[in-house]
Amino acid sequence: MSDLGASFRTDFTETPLLKKGVSKYHVAAMIGIPLAAILFQVYVPRFFERLSYLELPLLVTVYFSLMRRSPVAGVLFGAGIGLAQDSLSHNPLGMFGIVKTLVGYFAASMSQRFDVQNAGVRLVLGFFFCFFHQFFYWVLGRALLGEALDLDLQTTLLVAVLNALVAVPLFHILDRLKVTD
Amino acid sequence: MDFFLNRYRNLTVLLVAIVAQLVLLAYQVKSNGEVRLIRVWAVSAVTPLARVIEAGRSGMVHFIRDYFVLLNVRQENQRLKADLDRSKLDNQYLQSELSTADRAKSLAIFQQQSPSKTIAAHVIGNTTGVGAKVVIVDRGTGSGVQKGMAVITPDGIVGKVTSAYPTASFVLLITDPSFAAGVISQTNHVHGTLKGQGYSTVIVDYVQNEQKVEPGEQFFTSGDDRIFPKGLPVGEATVVREGKSYKEIFVTPSGLQNGLEEVLIVTEGVHMAIPEAQPTSQPVHLQEPPPAESSDSSATDAAPDQVPAQAPAQPPRQSGPLTTDADRLVDQYRKIGQAEKHVYGQSAGGAPNFNINLNPRPADPAPAPSGGQGSAPAGAQTPAAPLAQRSASAGAQNPAAPLAQKSAAAGAQSPAAPLAQRSVSPGAPSPAAPTAQGSASTSAQTPAPRAAQNSAPPSPAAPDKNPAGKRP
Repeated sequence: MSDLGASFRTDFTETPLLKKGVSKYHVAAMIGIPLAAILFQVYVPRFFERLSYLELPLLVTVYFSLMRRSPVAGVLFGAGIGLAQDSLSHNPLGMFGIVKTLVGYFAASMSQRFDVQNAGVRLVLGFFFCFFHQFFYWVLGRALLGEALDLDLQTTLLVAVLNALVAVPLFHILDRLKVTD
Repeated sequence: MDFFLNRYRNLTVLLVAIVAQLVLLAYQVKSNGEVRLIRVWAVSAVTPLARVIEAGRSGMVHFIRDYFVLLNVRQENQRLKADLDRSKLDNQYLQSELSTADRAKSLAIFQQQSPSKTIAAHVIGNTTGVGAKVVIVDRGTGSGVQKGMAVITPDGIVGKVTSAYPTASFVLLITDPSFAAGVISQTNHVHGTLKGQGYSTVIVDYVQNEQKVEPGEQFFTSGDDRIFPKGLPVGEATVVREGKSYKEIFVTPSGLQNGLEEVLIVTEGVHMAIPEAQPTSQPVHLQEPPPAESSDSSATDAAPDQVPAQAPAQPPRQSGPLTTDADRLVDQYRKIGQAEKHVYGQSAGGAPNFNINLNPRPADPAPAPSGGQGSAPAGAQTPAAPLAQRSASAGAQNPAAPLAQKSAAAGAQSPAAPLAQRSVSPGAPSPAAPTAQGSASTSAQTPAPRAAQNSAPPSPAAPDKNPAGKRP
């Protein structure tokens, strides 16, 4: 019974045991990397239109949420990056914010149950969260804003796969920015 | 309460964050406003970085191109490109004006009026979001840009300003699914609504299936949306097919074909007329007229048969179709000049006689006296001036032309036709008849029978009864 309670606690709360797997980063890296990801999305698709399908802010949100293993940190990360993305889009503020808040929370929650250093797990999580992001953004757009957005399932799945493929090497590069005690 | 917050701290933070953003979203949707402060901060923070990156990139690219690839060609190319863009705008404006007014009038209007007032802007980035069709330009409210202004290139429309900030503006491209603008087709003037699809092509919606739109037809802005001035090119219809309730018209936008780097923001729009579709001016082949049945028979005998056959075979004098009144006027003056052998701007004798009758109407019934070389029921009153013109074009010597020229030089009020007719008095040898016959034999375009009829003795009442002889 006590084991069941402990496993239940690990679902949505932090335990001192999980604190061992928490990665730490420089503050500059935690601010600069999301900013660079947003700048990438602002600037690079101008010259390579295909790269507009690359959701680097989302991948950065997923990465930091996974590695910090804290749902609160994931929520704050997701909300911050999402609102920054919103402020540079023509949509009302909050669309990307809400979606990325949920992504950050669920990513951090999942990180407490999986080995997020594994490349295969990262690939699957990257695919899942990209698809979740696109799908939930579509739901919010239709439900809250009343926009007649079309959800092309094939394109959405393809975008999710591409982002997941990019996520694996990107996460590997970002691992080098960890601060060791 | 503390226990609750500690136990469900994560969920509480999540709910607070979600609810706060929902409230923010609801406020924006409800008040139809925006949280300007946050956006200004974000844009002001990103714009300098984007400018630095753009400057670095363009500097590097220019350096490589200028000094390693093309030393001076790039500058020249830029200048020529700028000249071409200006020429396109001028050409478009001139075409629209010339289609509705004559040349002199349109030139005067062009000198007095200026096209839409625009400011140039540089695209420095895209907005965030997957597949976003919104770009950021480096002109903002500091440069006079306002929300709702049209954005164009010399090739066509690009989009509209959706947000303007002090240093930058957001431009919603016409390919964005939320974009809409009023358009009109060039040939059939069919109104529709341009909509983006998120792809490179756009559609024109709300066009009834009964209305006629053909592939290849150009679309222009109609000005109905109060954003784009009327007459700006939009694109060419590539696919047109009937839909369930409306036509499905796919248009390739012309303003986005050459990439987006420099755009023009229309600060003060000027509506222009939709340019008329250019008619095809391909030469039309005309078959040679049938030869005369007997060469030794008199022209008078062949006249009744050949007049209706040769009249339509006469080709137009101009090379292209006459589209405006000015064209027709110039053509008429050119014919008068040819008929009187007058070179405009060079002859010292002044102006030619513009009252010469070039296209006489069918003769009024007049008592045509019999005699001479035969009766001339209809052609008797045809003046000699056209004869002079036709035979002159065929390279034949025509005595009637000098006569007409003399009358013009002398400032006589009477047209050349009566003079030519008077010169062939009854019983006297007609100077025009042999020439006309000769020219008819050398040129198929010369109506020989009519010329032969002109050699008939004229009716005394002909100059008075022919109003066309007094005024061309």
